[in-house]
Amino acid sequence: MTAITRDEVAHLARLSRLALDESELDTLAAQLGDILTAVAKVQEVAKGDIPPSSHALPLTNVYRPDEARPCLTPEQALAGAPAVEEQRFRVPRILGEEE
Amino acid sequence: MSDVISLTAADLGAAIGAGEVSSEEATTAYLDRVSSVDGEIGAFLHVDRDVALAQARAVDARRAAGEELGPLAGVPVAHKDVFSTTDMPTTAASKILEGWRPPYDATVTARLREAGLVILGKTNMDEFAMGSSTENSAYQVTRNPWDTDRIPGGSSGGSSAAVAAFEVPLATGTDTGGSIRQPAAVCGLVGAKPTYGGSSRYGVIAFASSLDTPGPFARNVLDAALLHEAFSGHDPRDSTSIDAPVPPVVDAARLGDVEGLRVGVVKELDSDGFQPGVRQRFHETLELLESLGAKIVELSCPSFDAALSAYYLIAPSECSSNLARFDAMRYGLRVGDDGTRSAEEVMSLTRAEGFGAEVKRRIILGTYALSSGYYDAYYGSAQQVRTLIKRDFDAAFENVDVLVSPTTPTTAFPIGERSEDPMAMYLADLCTIPSNLAGNASLSVPCGLAPEDGLPVGFQIMAPPLADDRTYRVAAAVERTLSERDGALLSRSPYAVQG
Repeated sequence: MTAITRDEVAHLARLSRLALDESELDTLAAQLGDILTAVAKVQEVAKGDIPPSSHALPLTNVYRPDEARPCLTPEQALAGAPAVEEQRFRVPRILGEEE
Repeated sequence: MSDVISLTAADLGAAIGAGEVSSEEATTAYLDRVSSVDGEIGAFLHVDRDVALAQARAVDARRAAGEELGPLAGVPVAHKDVFSTTDMPTTAASKILEGWRPPYDATVTARLREAGLVILGKTNMDEFAMGSSTENSAYQVTRNPWDTDRIPGGSSGGSSAAVAAFEVPLATGTDTGGSIRQPAAVCGLVGAKPTYGGSSRYGVIAFASSLDTPGPFARNVLDAALLHEAFSGHDPRDSTSIDAPVPPVVDAARLGDVEGLRVGVVKELDSDGFQPGVRQRFHETLELLESLGAKIVELSCPSFDAALSAYYLIAPSECSSNLARFDAMRYGLRVGDDGTRSAEEVMSLTRAEGFGAEVKRRIILGTYALSSGYYDAYYGSAQQVRTLIKRDFDAAFENVDVLVSPTTPTTAFPIGERSEDPMAMYLADLCTIPSNLAGNASLSVPCGLAPEDGLPVGFQIMAPPLADDRTYRVAAAVERTLSERDGALLSRSPYAVQG
């Protein structure tokens, strides 16, 4: 049985930029423990010197010719933006007050 | 216009090609059908009559101008809301993308347009394709046309419900762990997951990039093959796209010959725990294939027992990384930007409000599995299991031409039954997941109704990478024999439209 504490979920939520409320933290702690217990089966099977597969098929890097091509106009690129100013994405402050 | 609606996509395409009916007339008939039944089914998130009819008139004009068009030109198709479309919203059924219009088309979208298919609308799905029942949509419930108290499968449940309710003859989906085959199975349709890399991911909102595979839904095998052929093939814009010809799926669907074919039954995917009626129809179909000249062999793929566990580490890990792009800065929802909060606070508030419970659960699970200290035990072990599963497939395909199993352990379950129990929900993908992890071709074809509940059962056929045609060949043999004996399966659905 893998037990996940509420504090661990809170830490994971900070890492993944999710402002979870108290009840979500409690629910997820219980569910995560159950899911991790169930999927721990991989550790029984994956013993010894087995190479990992990140993909189903062998991958080779793909390049395109380094040529200038048409791309999105500023209007198209900004069309879905939550806030725009002077043809740029307007974002909340990034630095803290003291920095 | 029930005549038009009862036609197969192949016959409708031929009738449009012969000038017997225009695309505008066919599209109008289907739009009227959507208006009359989608209030009960809830398959579509977005239908724009004017946009659909404009596409239909454009196809009619291309034909009038003498342009040579493909076999599905003028035929309506429903498009899963995970594919980018410039002329319709694209939301992946998430609040974080409500109303978003992409600045470009997905490759699959572009190829549908080139082939002259008319995109009728965008279909409901589990949010970001995470789920097996479409209950994780942020917008609406979708109902199974066979029994409207039951789920239509997922994540492509809007597409399966729309085709099964005769709201459209064809639909697209994406299959990451079974999201085409499982909804096809529980709605009595044909649904195919092409070989990974056989259909383009460009412009598809990413869930788990090493697994996501676009594919077709249809009411019969030939129609599925025609749609498969229309949008598949090499795409230089997708770095994992395979540079090889599309397998001859249409010829295989027409042939349907299994004489001498070696069919392997995977012991691990035929469990005593499955619904009895599902197993009964599965085993009857094996006998049917044997009577048509196929050789049936039972074999074992031992590491398939760990496939579900590996999948529920790999897919959440990839999703936790892919969904980091939803940062409230460049597009989509932004919450709490009141001038006092930092970018990081706005990001966290937006993601908490914009994502549903299942998406949050998977992001947290994936973040855990990728964390320093846990990476080797979880994500690393899962990747090793993935290697073992590929080896099991390779060994099996040395002795047989295709592998088969039931597509799902049960028929469609009641809405709400598993929504509070994530592990029970994940079990719906037990038989479909191995093919996603190994990347091989896989397809579900109906093989009858379960005696105990009268609901459709799916028969899954798996073939080696780039041998997609074999799955269609076996499916066509099953479909032809069953429909000669019992009539078309879908004609027994309460939402069937007869010619």
